[in-house]
Order: sequence, then structure tokens, then C-alpha cells
Amino acid sequence: MQLFNSRALLVAALLGSAAIAPAALAQDFDPNATIRIGSLYEPQNLDNTAGAGQGINEAFNGNVYEALFQLTDAGTVEPKLVESYEASEDGLTYTFKLKPGVTFHSGDPLTAADVKYSIERVTAEASKSSRKRSLSTITGIETPDDQTVVIKLSARSISLPYNLSYVWIVNDKATDITATEDGTGPYTLSEWRRGSALALARNDKYWGTAPTNGEVIYTYFTDATALNNALLTNAVDVVTSVQSPDSLAQFTGNPAYTVTEGASTTKEILAYNDRVAPFDNVKVRKALARATDKAKLLNSIWGDYGTLIGSIVPPTDPWYVDLTGVDPYDVESAKALLAEAGYADGFEFTLDTPDYDPHPIVAQFLQAEYAKVGVKVNINIITANEWYTKIYQEKNFQATLQEHVNHRDIVFYGNPDFYWGYNNPEVVKLIADAEAAPTEADQVAKLTEANKIIAEDAASNWLYLYPQIVVSAANVTGYPVNGLNSQFFAYGIKKAQ
Amino acid sequence: MVLFILLRLLPGDPANALLGVGATAQQIEAARAQVGSDQPIWMQFLTFIGNLARFDLGASFVSKAGVLEEIGNRMSVTLPLTILGFLVAIVIAVPLGIVAAVKSDKWYGAAISVVSQLGIAIPVFWLGILIVTVFAINLRIFPSGGFPLKGWANFGEAATAMVLPVLTVALVIAASLLRYVRSATQDVIGSDFIRTARALGSSFPEALVRHGIRNGAVPVISILGIELATTFLGAVVVEKVFALPGLGSMLLLAIQQRDYPNVQGVLFISTLLVLLIGFAADLLQRLIDPRLRGRIHS
Repeated sequence: MQLFNSRALLVAALLGSAAIAPAALAQDFDPNATIRIGSLYEPQNLDNTAGAGQGINEAFNGNVYEALFQLTDAGTVEPKLVESYEASEDGLTYTFKLKPGVTFHSGDPLTAADVKYSIERVTAEASKSSRKRSLSTITGIETPDDQTVVIKLSARSISLPYNLSYVWIVNDKATDITATEDGTGPYTLSEWRRGSALALARNDKYWGTAPTNGEVIYTYFTDATALNNALLTNAVDVVTSVQSPDSLAQFTGNPAYTVTEGASTTKEILAYNDRVAPFDNVKVRKALARATDKAKLLNSIWGDYGTLIGSIVPPTDPWYVDLTGVDPYDVESAKALLAEAGYADGFEFTLDTPDYDPHPIVAQFLQAEYAKVGVKVNINIITANEWYTKIYQEKNFQATLQEHVNHRDIVFYGNPDFYWGYNNPEVVKLIADAEAAPTEADQVAKLTEANKIIAEDAASNWLYLYPQIVVSAANVTGYPVNGLNSQFFAYGIKKAQ
Repeated sequence: MVLFILLRLLPGDPANALLGVGATAQQIEAARAQVGSDQPIWMQFLTFIGNLARFDLGASFVSKAGVLEEIGNRMSVTLPLTILGFLVAIVIAVPLGIVAAVKSDKWYGAAISVVSQLGIAIPVFWLGILIVTVFAINLRIFPSGGFPLKGWANFGEAATAMVLPVLTVALVIAASLLRYVRSATQDVIGSDFIRTARALGSSFPEALVRHGIRNGAVPVISILGIELATTFLGAVVVEKVFALPGLGSMLLLAIQQRDYPNVQGVLFISTLLVLLIGFAADLLQRLIDPRLRGRIHS
């Protein structure tokens, strides 16, 4: 259930140095240090196309496996295993030259055939990759020589390099990559104990810059308090994503720890089923948006952390505009809108609420808020698995709460078959056109317009943007603070001597 | 069989655990075919029973790892945790329980009863957190949680990792066990055979040791059997608080993910264990009480 976990998929908040944890002074770090990373997201297996969950991206992306492109912690897409590339004039043919001298952990050299195999693994019928759909414009992959890959598309796809950053390049001779690995990254998998920990050892034959540490151990916890205790007792050096704001008090203001707040793309959303009454009525949706005191909600859950948003687009996406003023908190105008929509006496609806934090608390908050405008909320608690069946697959619901961690997920409003059933032909067209745009400026212009329309339509009720908080021991530096796409690059982490 | 059907009556599909937002209808169907959840229930059941007969518990839907192998791995944490916790509990509860019964008129006898009553009322996770706060965070004597990557191959580290969890399990069991020991002892003290033994010239402690313990032990052992059995899976809370990769946490995760092979595997093995424990408790009772032995022949 990768996309529903509360771990943020992030873009950089602050581009450049401000987004990076303070760097250690030169040479005062231990080049063979063991970095112990505490996390709540244990991978279920080791293959990111086989339902391994977000934990595998955290442990393996950029560390064990690499892609043609890399989504950096600052949110930019940069060539990784690609030396150079060019697109044809019509944008339908991309030619990639691979970096020379790259080898897999097994010793085999990286060839074009491995790249073709790896992309086809994601687009394959049996693949469970969430990125499969975004690569659906690929019609063919050719390998004219060992260092060249040619990708043919059925339509322009401006996000191709970005989408390829999700595709691990795996040795085409590798077998059983659900339990072993054969990547090109700076670390190899040395040990994995299910339910407990996963260790990566430095790959001394790495083709690129060597890591600044000797070994990385990801230790997994199911209980946030146990994770914080591990940090307090020096059992772990860094916690990838703090999920309990209450616990931060133990670390802020304590010189032994560093607390960083990066940018997140995880949104808490009250998603209506826009197909069914009364939520097929835009006035009703706007009324509920105006009846929600989002500032109070965010504060009660995250204190001073987190950000208010007026649509699904976080401030770090290029197509962001501040839309928090479209439907500001205003109980009187909410009542007026309900009356106009024919619900002067209010109505009643069932809110399907996932059983884990923060959804039950958010549901109770909304229940109290909407009672003020005469709307009665019946809270129905369900498990994550039921959510998937009842809401995502069967679309059998009135309204639900969900955290959406996806990066660039405005595109879901361009798909009328998506679970929330928002269907505005203008938005559908804008989003499709944006992907086929010849230039990035054009793409940004179209998505910005789509963004404004969904906000005006109050397509969903975007409650707030989660914060992304990393806490570390003060002697550990160089870790990613935004953790975009759940990634946690370990190769730059330094531990003071 | 009941287990098998109940599991499948739960809403949700194991295929869901494998997929995320963005999955197409074909992907969902493919995933269901892969885990077999598209087959009729009776078909799934026959496959399961067939494999069980060969002691093949299958592989997890989610991790693809062999269920039996994974259970073995988890047992290396859960077995020591439960058994050591149990032994420590007995060491604590039996003497204290006897003292509480024999000296119930003294202040310390009463104090023991009160403290054990408190122990029963305290939730396990709270006790665990308390123990972590005191011994790991403040005193820094033992680690707050986790288990070494290499398991028992790294014996020293594994042993230290077990201390606080074992203590937590032990205190929880000891609290309830103590009450049984106390009431069993009280029954024994008031019984005819102790009075007779004393009339025949034994001192009270001598009568208690020679006749009392043996008699009091019989009901306590049946309670022990039941407690031990529930602790195997009940240790899940302790596993969570101390981040231990045990059987309980495996079961919990498997249920959340509708990972049927793992759920069935864990329940099958733990049922076997419970039966074995029950059997062992029975044997032990017969060993202690000759009257029960006699029943076999009659």
C-alpha cells in the first residue's frame, strides 16, 4: 500500500544548500562509520515492482539500485546511469547513451539489454509498480548497441526522464530479486532479517563517488515510541520520518540532536465521491470546504509544523499557486451555499475513515465542524485493506479520508475513473495536453490552469500538507531532509569521529 | 477449517497488499490470480489441506518467503522470550505466593497481594514503556529495543536485547500466577491432610513442603499451561514495544495484509504448540499426583 502510508513523498522545500543538513567539516568524519537509520517502513520484499511498499524505496533507491535518471532530494531530475540523451523533434523518440564502465554488484557490466529488461519489468503485465501507468506511452525499446537505448513513444511525454527515475536498472541475468539484489549502486545488501533490520555494505567497486561511510543499517520499528527511544538511547543515529509530533519535544532544544523540517508532498484529503449526491453539487463541496477551520485542525495535529493548502498541489511543484483564499473558513457563507444548493436543513453522510492516525482524529474534528452548519457526519472506521477494496476498487462510498503521498498527483484529477470520480472535461484535456506539451513552460502553464479549476470546483477538501521531519544525533550529517519519493540516500551521510 | 473460512470472510483481498493507487483492473486481476484469491473458497481449502499434509505451509503472498522458514526465524525470538519470561515468573511468583498465603496476617503478606493485584491491572504496553524509561533511557543499562541482525549468532547482544522484554513478560505473568499460587496454598493450608500431618508430629513448614507443595501444584500447573499458551501470541504487545521480530508481530502484520499463508502458518504452528503444552502439563500433573495416574488404569 505504498501510496497510502503516511511517509511523505517529497519535493525539496528549499532548493540548494538550505535544504541540506549542515555538512560536516572536511575530514573530521569517520569514513568507515556504521550509520544506523531508524524507520517505520520495513520493506515487505526487495522488489519495487512486486508490492514491497515504500520501505524498499527508502532503503534501495540510489543506494543499491540506480535508475537512468535520479530524482534528487532537491526535487530536480538529473542523469544517473545516462551519459547523454536527446529527443527527436516530434518528441516520440528518445536516444540514451549509457555511462561507460558501470558494473553490477555481481560483476557483470551494464548494457543496453539490462535497461530494456528493467523498463519492461515495470511495464509488464504482472508488474505491480505504481508507475506502470505513467510509462504506458512506451511502444518499443531498441538496443542498437551495448551503450545505446532508443525508446519509442506513442505520444509526447514530457515527464519521461522523471518517470524513468522510478525504474531501477536491474541485471537482466538476476534471479529472485524479491529476496536478493543485483544493482549498480554504491552499496550492496549484506544482511536482511525480516521484521527487524536490513544492512547495506559499501560497494568498493562502485563506478561513481564512494560513500562517506562504510555501512548502513536500517532498523525497523512498528511503534513510534520504540523508535524514539532507540534514538534517545543512541541505538539509531537518524530517524527518517517522525510521525508523532508530541515526541519532538524530547529532541528540539537538546544539543545532542538535530531536528530538520523539510518539504512534504503528503496531503491529508477529505475526498468526496463526486459522482453521488450531494457531492455532485459543487456548492455543497464548497460549503464544506468553507465550514472547515483547517488552521485549527493542522495546529491540533501537528502544532507549529505542516502547511495549509488550497488544492492538491504543494508549494514545491512548479504549477503551485496559493489557492487557500478560494474557499476560506467562513461558517456563514457555508450555510448560505448549502441553502442555495437546497440543503438549508443540512444533510447526513457517511465518512469512511481509515483506522490509523491521523484519520480518526481528523474525522472527529470534521464531525464537530460540520455539525455547526447542520451537516451530520457518521464516522465509519475501516482498515487500510478495506479502504482499498470498498473505496479504491468498488468506489462504493460517500466521502473518505486519505493521505496522498504521491508526487505530482494533480494528474489524478484528469482521470474521471479515479476513485473520487471528479470529471471536468476541461481539466481532463488540460492535464492530457500538459503531458504532451513540447516545452516545460507550456506544461507548467497548463497544469497551473488545471490547478486553479480544481480549486474553484472544490473537487476535494484538501485539509493540510504534512511536515517532513527528520531527527538525528548531532554528530551525524549529510542525510536527505526531504526524502522525495520516500528515498533516503545514505551515501552522503557522515558521522563525526 | 473454521480458521480458514473466517479469514476469508474478512473484507479485503490479499491482492490489495501488493498494489497501490494507480493499479488498473488488469493488475488487480493478475494479482488475485497470483495469490489464488480468485479461486472459489473450497478450492483454496483443498489446496491448503493438500499442502499441509506434506507439511508445506507455502510461501507468503507479500514477501514471497517460505512460511515455515520465516516462522523458524521468528521462533528464535519468541520461544526464548516466552520460556525465559515464564521461568522468571515462576521464580518470582511461587515463593511470593506461598509467603502471601502463609503470612497473610502479616503486613508483607498483604503487601504482596496488593502489589500483584496492581500488576494485573497494569496494561502490558504501559509496563513495557515504564521499564524502558527506567532501565534503558534513564539508567542506560540495557538497550531500549531491537534485536541484532545476526540473531543468536551474536549471542551477547541478543542476550542483552532479551533482558527487558523477558522482565516485562515475567512481571505480567508473575502477577496473575501469584494469585493462583496464593489461593492454592490457602486451600492446602486449610486442608485435612496438613492438619493430619501436623497431628502426626510434623512442623508446619515441614508439612507444607512435604505435602502442601505437591497438592497445591496440581491446579497451578493447569493454569501455567494455559498462561504459557496464551503468552506465545500474547507477547505481540511486548514485541511491539521492544521492536522484536517475533511470531506475534508476524501474525499481526499478516492479518493486516490478508497474507493468508502467513496467518495460517502461524496459527497452525501455535495451535500445535498449545496442544503440546497442554499435553506436557497433563503429564506433569500425573507425575505429581499419583491419583491422576491411577485413572489411566481404571
